[in-house]
Amino acid sequence: MKQRIRDALKAFGHFWVDFLIGDTPEFALATLVIIGLALLLRHHRLAATIVLPGLTAAFLLASAYRGRRRSAD
Amino acid sequence: MVITADTTAAAYGRAGGHYRGQRSAMHTSSTIILVLAVFGASTVEMVEALTIVVAAGVSRGWRSALEGAAAAVLVLAFLVAVLGVPLVHYVPIDTLRVIVGALLLVLGLSWLRKAILRASGHKALHDEDAIYATTVRELQSGDPESPQSPTRTRDGVGFAVAFKGVFLEGTEVVLIVVSLGTSQHRLGLAALAAAAAAVIVGTVGVLVSRQLSEVPENTIKLVVGIMLTSFGVFWVGEGAGVHWPGSDLAIPVLAAFFVLVMAGAVSYLKTQAPTPPLESTPTSVEP
Repeated sequence: MKQRIRDALKAFGHFWVDFLIGDTPEFALATLVIIGLALLLRHHRLAATIVLPGLTAAFLLASAYRGRRRSAD
Repeated sequence: MVITADTTAAAYGRAGGHYRGQRSAMHTSSTIILVLAVFGASTVEMVEALTIVVAAGVSRGWRSALEGAAAAVLVLAFLVAVLGVPLVHYVPIDTLRVIVGALLLVLGLSWLRKAILRASGHKALHDEDAIYATTVRELQSGDPESPQSPTRTRDGVGFAVAFKGVFLEGTEVVLIVVSLGTSQHRLGLAALAAAAAAVIVGTVGVLVSRQLSEVPENTIKLVVGIMLTSFGVFWVGEGAGVHWPGSDLAIPVLAAFFVLVMAGAVSYLKTQAPTPPLESTPTSVEP
């Protein structure tokens, strides 16, 4: 019974890891970095306004470029 | 944000009328974007779920497919009740906004990435017809005795396929509805937008008795990806304590910024190693 519950929890965890991270772990990393920077820059309105969207765009572009290279391989 | 705004309005006294008008405009713009994002995301996910349910119904029997779909909806409702409600009631609002923003960022960025690769020809377009044909073929070839047009028999495979399809696509809808709805205190409105999408997609699906390949999914995903990413950046910032210029009006500005980023990325990637348009390859339950 305990084993069955453990397996079910493990499968549940795997589902969420695959669902949220999948084949783009860089977005999970990007999100953590953006949260960290948002906390650091919360008292610097202008810097936060520029850095947060800029960094998000940078991660997106890097990931798309990586996807292009992967599909070209 | 609202507390700060109310305090400011009180401090300025006579300027309150002007301020209320400004705040109303902010809420209106963010509410419109919220409804559009939830409706668009729900439409896309429900079309994908419908394709799988119809494929399972046609090839393995409608009873099992509909039972599988209904079971998935029940499990999703259970998860919302068990995980979502306590999250909304017991987690501090700023922490909730960071969590919500993080979820929206992860979902939005991955939708946008796919949209960029598809628009630039580096990834096959999402094609419901191809997915439908492949799913039906796989379901029928897996069991030579599979009924061709059954309506009353129970079938485990049909149940499982329909359940998985609705559960996976429904999870995204639930995440988007709960996160966007709670972060803006518009959970009812977000649920209503999702329900409207479900009713429209379901009704059209029943009327035409097939998957809805005419829905421009790739375009909707692109637009919704931009909205989710914009909301994600906004709420992560808000939750962390960043006060965006213009408050909620920053959301459409962020969306415009990501439209430009996307357009630039698509233009650049189109020039890179030009490839002939990729054939649409079915990705069955790929979100």
